[in-house]
Amino acid sequence: MSTAAETVEHPAEGRPLLEVRDLRTAFRTPRGLVQAVGGVSLTLEAGQTLGVVGESGSGKTVLSRSIMGLLPLSGVERSGSVRLAGTELVGASPATLRSQWGSTVSMVFQDPMTSLNPVMRVGKQIAEPLRLHLGLGRNEAMATAVALLGQVGIPAPEDRARAYPAELSGGMRQRVVLAIALACSPQLLLADEPTTGLDVTVQAQILDLLASLQAERHMAVILVTHDLGVVATRADAIAVMYAGAIVEQAPTEVLFSATAMPYTEALLGSMPRLADPTHTRLRAIDGRPPDLARLPAGCAFAPRCPYAQPLCREQRPPLVAAEHPEHRFACWFPLGGRPGPEPPAEDAPTDPEDP
Amino acid sequence: MADHAVPLEPVEPTASVSTRASEGALGAHAAAFTEVSGTRKRLGWFFWACLGWIGLTILLALIAGLLPLPDPNNQTAVINAGPSWSHLFGTDDLGRDLFSRVIYGARVSLVIGFGSVAIGLALGGTLGMLAGYRQGVTDTVVNAASYVLLAFPALVAVIAILAFWGNAEWKITLIIGFFTAPVIFRIVRAATLTYATRDFVTAAKAQGAGDLRVLGREILPNILPTVVSFTLIAVATVVVLEGSLAFLGLSVAAPTASWGNMLNEGRTYLQTNIWITLWPALAMFFFLLSLNLVGDRLRQHYDVTDVKL
Amino acid sequence: MGRYLAKRLLALVAILFLVSLGTFFLVHLLPGDPTVTILGPNDTAQNRAILDAQLGLNRPLVLQYFIWLGHVLQGNLGQSYITHETVTSTIANAFPIDLELIVISQVLALAVAVPLALLAARKPNGALDQISTGSTFAMLALPAFVIAPLLVIVFSVHWHVFPGPASYVPLSTDVWTNLHAMLLPSIVLALGSIVVYYRLLRNDLIATLQEDFITMARSKGLSNRRIMVHHALRPSSVSLVASAGITISALITGAFVVEYLLQLPGLGYVLVNSIDQVDYIVVQGVVLVVAVAVVLINFLCDFLFTVVDPRITRG
Repeated sequence: MSTAAETVEHPAEGRPLLEVRDLRTAFRTPRGLVQAVGGVSLTLEAGQTLGVVGESGSGKTVLSRSIMGLLPLSGVERSGSVRLAGTELVGASPATLRSQWGSTVSMVFQDPMTSLNPVMRVGKQIAEPLRLHLGLGRNEAMATAVALLGQVGIPAPEDRARAYPAELSGGMRQRVVLAIALACSPQLLLADEPTTGLDVTVQAQILDLLASLQAERHMAVILVTHDLGVVATRADAIAVMYAGAIVEQAPTEVLFSATAMPYTEALLGSMPRLADPTHTRLRAIDGRPPDLARLPAGCAFAPRCPYAQPLCREQRPPLVAAEHPEHRFACWFPLGGRPGPEPPAEDAPTDPEDP
Repeated sequence: MADHAVPLEPVEPTASVSTRASEGALGAHAAAFTEVSGTRKRLGWFFWACLGWIGLTILLALIAGLLPLPDPNNQTAVINAGPSWSHLFGTDDLGRDLFSRVIYGARVSLVIGFGSVAIGLALGGTLGMLAGYRQGVTDTVVNAASYVLLAFPALVAVIAILAFWGNAEWKITLIIGFFTAPVIFRIVRAATLTYATRDFVTAAKAQGAGDLRVLGREILPNILPTVVSFTLIAVATVVVLEGSLAFLGLSVAAPTASWGNMLNEGRTYLQTNIWITLWPALAMFFFLLSLNLVGDRLRQHYDVTDVKL
Repeated sequence: MGRYLAKRLLALVAILFLVSLGTFFLVHLLPGDPTVTILGPNDTAQNRAILDAQLGLNRPLVLQYFIWLGHVLQGNLGQSYITHETVTSTIANAFPIDLELIVISQVLALAVAVPLALLAARKPNGALDQISTGSTFAMLALPAFVIAPLLVIVFSVHWHVFPGPASYVPLSTDVWTNLHAMLLPSIVLALGSIVVYYRLLRNDLIATLQEDFITMARSKGLSNRRIMVHHALRPSSVSLVASAGITISALITGAFVVEYLLQLPGLGYVLVNSIDQVDYIVVQGVVLVVAVAVVLINFLCDFLFTVVDPRITRG
């Protein structure tokens, strides 16, 4: 697609809501360049839910920030393309980004206690984006904020609007965060571990709430989490990240039933099941995620992979399609007996995944 | 499969520590980042230069008697002379050698400066550690006392006392020291409080360590950086205080030289002999600058909550 | 909130009582005999005894304290041995000068420090930050008694921008002359405060800017200006209010020095003069008033705390 010349901001007809192509984000640190996201591409249609799973250190949080552009102002290098509803976000001016943030795309953060301003009443925090992007007057914005609080399931919203975050419980705070994120009815919501800090019972409530709000507003959601269980029932598709890259991506049922990449298999295997007899040992994955400042030459998972071959340690496997058109994986020797990608010839140039 | 959601990785604390790690400026790798470079910035050459200057000043003040300097109170015939080889800094209106006076003046200012802070540390520091550690009644009582003492602006009380009691060097040091005690007390107490409730202290106590041992081995090393950096800044404040006192005629009596005295005396000669004022002003300036800088850098260096990007 | 306030008020009264105690004994336990001051050193012991009785100085100290306290609570601070003016009126004449000096200087200091800190915190270790930090350090090393004469020479003597020392005129007489005379002393005093305010605010702002809720605010699309002023400033200003208690002490010290140097007839000037003249009663009165003022201001700041940061009362 020739998108270079297009700068108009009208939503594209028939085009996906979000198109990410070869997104790379690196941080300049005293230890060198840390490649947190190394060439991620994905698309998302309106109303879809994409789950992004991975261990801590896989780059999933940086990915969501990079898609939005919510990165520190210095010491960061971002390249590639992120096209949201027709607007290019990579390389866009701060003003353009600010006009998109909160209005077209918004984010839900992990810890509601620290992501809410502790000295500002919650109603006011919700009203802020309303006044900024929708131009509502003070009273109108407050009224809308109260309505939003009601929509996210907070009882007695008029009273609650005047509360400070410390006066609310963890679950309620996260609902407030949701209300803020949804205030201007964004087309895309990036939920970064939205339930990790909450009680298990509250987790389910919040996720259900998210799902219903999403359906109402036909909103696309990227759900970032380390918990496969969370995305299993709530995502249309799942992308598995490892060491800053997507190593497998498929519609949910396909991922579970036709797993291709050994890492995904290991993740699935490490989930304990109710059906397991008591005292079954938890199957953890041996080893640790790689240091993103010093990535190995070949497949990043090779050191920990039970099926690793010499080729795996030498060459980085490219992302290729499986039988199902929306199923992609990056493995030289995928599971399930399916053929892997063609290994490069002896004297071929380095494969396309290398930066 | 999906009905029992369990994290894929070993359970990690979900409190804001991991949030900061995952959400901080460096995304998923902030944890590794802080581990490596942490909050320890390199101290820099300027820091060491300032520390050196402090050391030099102290050294010169200490060995003043051994140096080949003319008597600082000796009035010669050469008055208001500019710098020359015989009088490195020139002379003042009474013909006294300015270089010598600056160095001997450093001695007075430093004795008062470090002496008072030492008294303050001895008094306020020990009380602060006790109060922060014991808490309870001891703490309430001493804390209230410190509030009362702090209510008297140091200068006012010191002025009042010195005016009626006399201004010998040791008296000045004692009184100022007495009034720095409450401030030091509060700082040490606050620092002690942050550590006294920590688990490693409880662990030490559980192993039968007596109070003194706990204070000395567990708490003191931890609060030392804060205390040291504050001490340096306190010394700077006292040196300024001495100067202020000198302007009110309450510092050491003439003809003894102190930086404050020299500045005060030099005021009337600003237009005729600027050297009288200039040298002590410069000496004081660089000394104070170094003290403040070193104190501040130390505080930054050891204060874990002070993250810099 | 009410209970919190009541507890604090109780503590306040207790402290004020202790302050009065301290002030009284401060002056009375020091060596020196008021009768010597009044009668001169060569008078007879008999006359001294008579004067002692007259002044009530031969009664037990504790009794003297309560008598004095009683007078104080009725607003009677005594009468100067030397000038025969009541201490109350002396202080009442001098106090407005200090007040004006402090108010103007703090306004100036905040007007400079706050915007500077806001700008510097946005780019830590950037050019503006380094220059500002360096300058403030330098100012720390230049106390009032060094700067004031310097400024006087430059601005009053050479350039005639400001009037020289001893040119104070009360506000009631002529506003413009008054302000003109107060400007230089206020600037000198402000310089010291700028240092403290700037550094505190800047450090606090930088720390606050690391917080998650600032990232959240960014994600709403808010402008940098709005984030700095509406989200970062308020939590950070707690340290300003907290430090106010300590800076007040420093302020009073600085104010006294400046007054003396530039001959403004404020409390500091009065204090030093009465010390010179060994006028115990005035000294006592001034120390008491200043100490009480400091305690009240500290109390006020503690209270302001709860307004600025609602988290505090919860604790």
